[in-house]
Amino acid sequence: MPKPEILDPQGKAVHGALPRLGFTGVTDVRQGKRFELEVEGEVTDAVLADVDKMAETLLSNPVIENYTVSVEQ
Amino acid sequence: MRIGVVTFPGTLDDVDAQRAVRIGGNEAVALWHGDHDLEGVDAVVLPGGFSYGDYLRCGAISRFAPVMTEVVAAAGRGMPVLGICNGFQILCESRLLPGALIRNDHRKFVCRDQLLRVENAETAWTSAYTEGQEIRIALKNGEGGFVADAETLARIEGEGRVVVRYLEVNPNGSLNDIAGITNDRGNVVGLMPHPEHAVEKLTGSGTDGLGFFTSLVERAFA
Repeated sequence: MPKPEILDPQGKAVHGALPRLGFTGVTDVRQGKRFELEVEGEVTDAVLADVDKMAETLLSNPVIENYTVSVEQ
Repeated sequence: MRIGVVTFPGTLDDVDAQRAVRIGGNEAVALWHGDHDLEGVDAVVLPGGFSYGDYLRCGAISRFAPVMTEVVAAAGRGMPVLGICNGFQILCESRLLPGALIRNDHRKFVCRDQLLRVENAETAWTSAYTEGQEIRIALKNGEGGFVADAETLARIEGEGRVVVRYLEVNPNGSLNDIAGITNDRGNVVGLMPHPEHAVEKLTGSGTDGLGFFTSLVERAFA
């Protein structure tokens, strides 16, 4: 997700479109990205640490974005 | 000077940049993103375009191209590196320059002859200008909004590392009207506007961009 202090023009565009469709009461929209990674074998701590590294070095830009890593079976 | 111009898949302005390099009195050396050496060049230009289709984030994948390993290492040794538009985005993603470029605040692509003020005429790429000089060169981008956290921004400003600043209008929402910055050593410069499109009267807004390509030579013979 873009960090809270970073302007999110895409989120603003979506926010602007909602009332035109009749959806009211939304006070803000922030748009982010979601990556789904399939990994071999068990999701061990080592695998998670690797994925965290991927998120930090390539998938996100920590200068402007925050990220979280979660596991789904 | 022998100046390398890197072509990534999706780069658009490499040929213009090579031409500007030659008009500036240098030899242009074409470098490929998959190269593992810089062919002994004295400096490198990362030109504009949409490398790797701007997938993921602008410049995010280019940063890990084989040639960038060499560029990052050479920049660390003091070799001059100039990033224009997408090249600027690549330099920020590479952490050679602080901050990042995000989508224009008005969400539209902008294409205009943009007035700029040269704020730092001490860098490897801007010594042909004088501090405070106003120049007009083309600007064309969709994601040119310069952002950095408050501490970084204060440091950039405090250390005089803003190289060019937008005048008349802020075309993309960049903080402090910042159009281009340099690293602490002054050898790495990135800017969103395109000096390579302003080196000949016939095809540009004038020749105000030429200084970016003559500075290295002028400094070498100074």
